[in-house]
Amino acid sequence: MAEKRRDYGIPGTPIFDGDAAQRGYALNAMCFSFNDESNREAFRRDEEAYCRRFGLDEAQRRAVANRNVLELIAAGGNIYYLAKFAGIFGLDVQDVGAQQTGMTKEAFKAKLVEAGR
Amino acid sequence: MATVVGSVMTSHVPAIGRAIAKGLQQDPYWKPFFDGYPPVRRWLAQAKPDVAVVFYQDHGLNFFLDAMPTFAVGAAAEYVNADEGWGIPTVAPIRGDASLSWHVIEQLVADEFDVTTCQRMKVDHALTLPLALFWPGEGPPPVRVVPIAMNHVQHPLPSPKRAYALGESVGRALATWDADVRVVVVGTGGLSHQLDGQRAGFINKPFDLMCMDALVDEPRKLTKYSALDIVREAGAQGTELMAWIAARAALGGRVSKVHSNYHVPISNTAAGLLALANDAPLSRAA
Repeated sequence: MAEKRRDYGIPGTPIFDGDAAQRGYALNAMCFSFNDESNREAFRRDEEAYCRRFGLDEAQRRAVANRNVLELIAAGGNIYYLAKFAGIFGLDVQDVGAQQTGMTKEAFKAKLVEAGR
Repeated sequence: MATVVGSVMTSHVPAIGRAIAKGLQQDPYWKPFFDGYPPVRRWLAQAKPDVAVVFYQDHGLNFFLDAMPTFAVGAAAEYVNADEGWGIPTVAPIRGDASLSWHVIEQLVADEFDVTTCQRMKVDHALTLPLALFWPGEGPPPVRVVPIAMNHVQHPLPSPKRAYALGESVGRALATWDADVRVVVVGTGGLSHQLDGQRAGFINKPFDLMCMDALVDEPRKLTKYSALDIVREAGAQGTELMAWIAARAALGGRVSKVHSNYHVPISNTAAGLLALANDAPLSRAA
């Protein structure tokens, strides 16, 4: 995929716009389905089949397999739907934040505490 | 005529739901957050609202990208909560006030807000957690709700100026609601936080505190920002501030600060709380 992305000029900050919403539709539809426990269970049971059912493209499938949040966002994922995906693995938004910033969860939490001083 | 008693604005992070479920209110991590609420509960107990008009955002429980309204007004007798996928216990259905909802919708459309109307709408933590914080315990909250969902999921987002005008229009609706009810206007979300990208964990305490001050006496000051300005200053998800702006605008004129609290962090978020009493609860908005 070589589409040109708009630069909103806010470093380290993805803007989920119309381009991302189109690109990420299948991935986000799958993650939206994880509101239901039966769908979370179906994903756990057969991840490959579940992704196929929603028509994920190759980059999206790879990002899901890698459990990599920045890759999922690059593939059009929206953080609110992705958080439901993370929930399947018992991960919270601090795990998600730590992964994206390349920090340990403890270091990420310490950074948040520091921001309040 | 309806009496608008005031407004309460609060953050609504899902982790609060887990903390309530586990009874962690006095845990050292949570105490500075939960300790903000008793003064607001006491004020609400005196103000005795019958209805809460709630400006909030849906985080992918009711709305998906197939049809994403910018502003959606609930018009139902009851709203159900459901599994959001991140492990917060669900709550019992919340009572609505459909006739007030339709009155609000009529005013909004008359004021040229082309809103989506929802006779069936699931409400997520952004609506249920604030009610649980204001009226804790087992029973249902003692208010009927008029939920007003604002898109913060998919850009372009409405501007703070538009959020302000939305709130003003709702304020006009309340000022002409011919019913003997007491109304509190709730705004939920924020304050600064960012969940996504390399800047995840971004918090801007000076900006948050400036907004909380401005919301008391000079809320229009916040309308000079664009939605992207808010992203820059308050983080990608800090745009939930728009719900606070709308709630404040619904009150119109002068208010008195009842109580405020600000604590960083709860989960990834700067948690804010602001309660404002309406100084002229019966005056008709201009």
